[in-house]
Amino acid sequence: MASKRPDRRGFLKGGAALAGGLTLGAVEPALGQTPASDGFIRGNKELVAYGERSRFVKSVRIQHPPGSRPSPDAFGKVFHVAAPLQDSVGVITPSSLHYVATTRGSFLPDIDPREHRLMIHGMVDRPLIFTMEDLKRLPSVTRLHFIECAGNRSRSQHKTVQETHGMVSCAEWTGVRLSLLLKEAGVKDGGSWIVSEGVEEVKGASSIPMEKAMDDCLVCYGMNGEAVRPQQGFPLRLMVPGFEGIFNTKWLRRIKVVDRYYMTYNDYGHLRQDPEGAALGYQIGPKSVITFPSGGQQLPDRGFYEVSGLAWSGGGAIRKVEVSTDGGRRWMDAEIQGTAQRMAHARFNFQWNWDGKETELLSRCTDELGQVQPTRAQVAKFWNVPLDSSFRVKGQDNSIQPWRIASDGSVHNAIF
Amino acid sequence: MRFFSLLPLLMLLGGSALAQSPTYGVGRTPSAEEIRAWDISISPTGEELPPGQGTAKEGALIFAKPIFQGGCLACHGPEGQGGRAPRLVKRQAEPGVDPWDLGRILPIRSPYATTVWDYINRGMPVNREGTLTADEVYSLTAYLLYLNDVIPEDKVLDAQSLPQVEMPNRENFARVPDWQPGAPRLKGYPY
Repeated sequence: MASKRPDRRGFLKGGAALAGGLTLGAVEPALGQTPASDGFIRGNKELVAYGERSRFVKSVRIQHPPGSRPSPDAFGKVFHVAAPLQDSVGVITPSSLHYVATTRGSFLPDIDPREHRLMIHGMVDRPLIFTMEDLKRLPSVTRLHFIECAGNRSRSQHKTVQETHGMVSCAEWTGVRLSLLLKEAGVKDGGSWIVSEGVEEVKGASSIPMEKAMDDCLVCYGMNGEAVRPQQGFPLRLMVPGFEGIFNTKWLRRIKVVDRYYMTYNDYGHLRQDPEGAALGYQIGPKSVITFPSGGQQLPDRGFYEVSGLAWSGGGAIRKVEVSTDGGRRWMDAEIQGTAQRMAHARFNFQWNWDGKETELLSRCTDELGQVQPTRAQVAKFWNVPLDSSFRVKGQDNSIQPWRIASDGSVHNAIF
Repeated sequence: MRFFSLLPLLMLLGGSALAQSPTYGVGRTPSAEEIRAWDISISPTGEELPPGQGTAKEGALIFAKPIFQGGCLACHGPEGQGGRAPRLVKRQAEPGVDPWDLGRILPIRSPYATTVWDYINRGMPVNREGTLTADEVYSLTAYLLYLNDVIPEDKVLDAQSLPQVEMPNRENFARVPDWQPGAPRLKGYPY
């Protein structure tokens, strides 16, 4: 899936140069006003009511990982679907391209929001039932947050950044603070966990520490300026910023306040033999990846390129991103676009002149807690285990992704 | 001045009585019946388990029924393997195999049998979830635990005995991390 991006960039650069009044040797006339060869898009009721992208834009999601259980499967169930990060710009993943995962492969519930209810009960003074209308009356919050699947792990057989990193996305989420709802219900002494539950056939449920529930969780009805999509939990989704994807309960219908870990089907999958592994499979670590140039793309020639990528951390905001263009010998600060938000994608850029020689591009980030994204070698050294082909980063894999630029300009996954 | 003199009193109230009363008064109180109908959570100690009972022998009969009668065989295959749906029986039959090597088959790695009961009760059979009776869920749980060498064939599972089942990982798992806001993932781990 070769990107069209270098071409488009050349076009934009030319346009910017013109706008700046620079004189270029052989500028084609009226660059931005060339008549479209295929005419126009005739307006119709559907397109006026709800717009769609250009037919020339082909970016799509794919099943994850490649060759695994298909989505949809023979039954029409959806399991794991990865976002096309190689085509991403900015920090927001369009809702139509946001990655999707379900507890064990599910049908997507088709919920009439007028019928939907959220119940909060268990160790509370006042159990409560909210309609969607009720929730929209309450004070709302809008925040950018990434969500990442625990299975987002780069492997040597993966070719593109969609395959290595596509199980992460970032959207603008709108809803009510969970802490507000819990305070309305009045959490009793000893209420130390919540169990959140969805509507889908398996009624996916997760135990979440009360500290997290009271800290920054949201009960969301909005996503990217409209209602949450069915694939993302319409009409209501729990947002647990920075925790592994499975905690962000879709089609949320019930929250039970309890005094212990409830060991649901989702929960037992988080159990580990060692406390280190358990801790590292909970909150997402600092992680970044270069999305351009990335695996499967092709640099047309030597010369200038803006290297661009995404960085995120479950520990808070991204403070620093560094890029290496020589396989990790030297690291230089990349520019972070705008103000990095907590538990959200940050877009970084780095200006690079490629000399046409084979090299490796890498990025690493540091978050507000001072956690630094490691290489696989650093992780292996920390745990004192050999760095061979069977090496696996403990917990959520947040290791540095190397992209090899071959001398012909082709880009390859350089992880082994 | 008057405001400041009231501050300690306000803080005292804020810490106790005031924090306990609703601010917005939005939402309604569910009836006890509504809560009972919605609450399908089962804790590891099984307080919420309903009355009922079953054995592996009874479970084997239910397992083999057609789907529309709550059966499992059509999707999961005979004795829980070889079907289109996930395998339900561990791969190694030998005793002494590390339970962590058994994969995510059934919740066999869960320390508590309540996880198995809960999953069948909330998620099975697909498209007919919630139609199994409590007796049927106890029986199917007993059958699957029997097939995985966890309990004997004649063991009766009910609200009292189910939480007592000695799962292979009963004591063999790490404590759940004690998460705190603003803390790194793992103390001493720089990454």
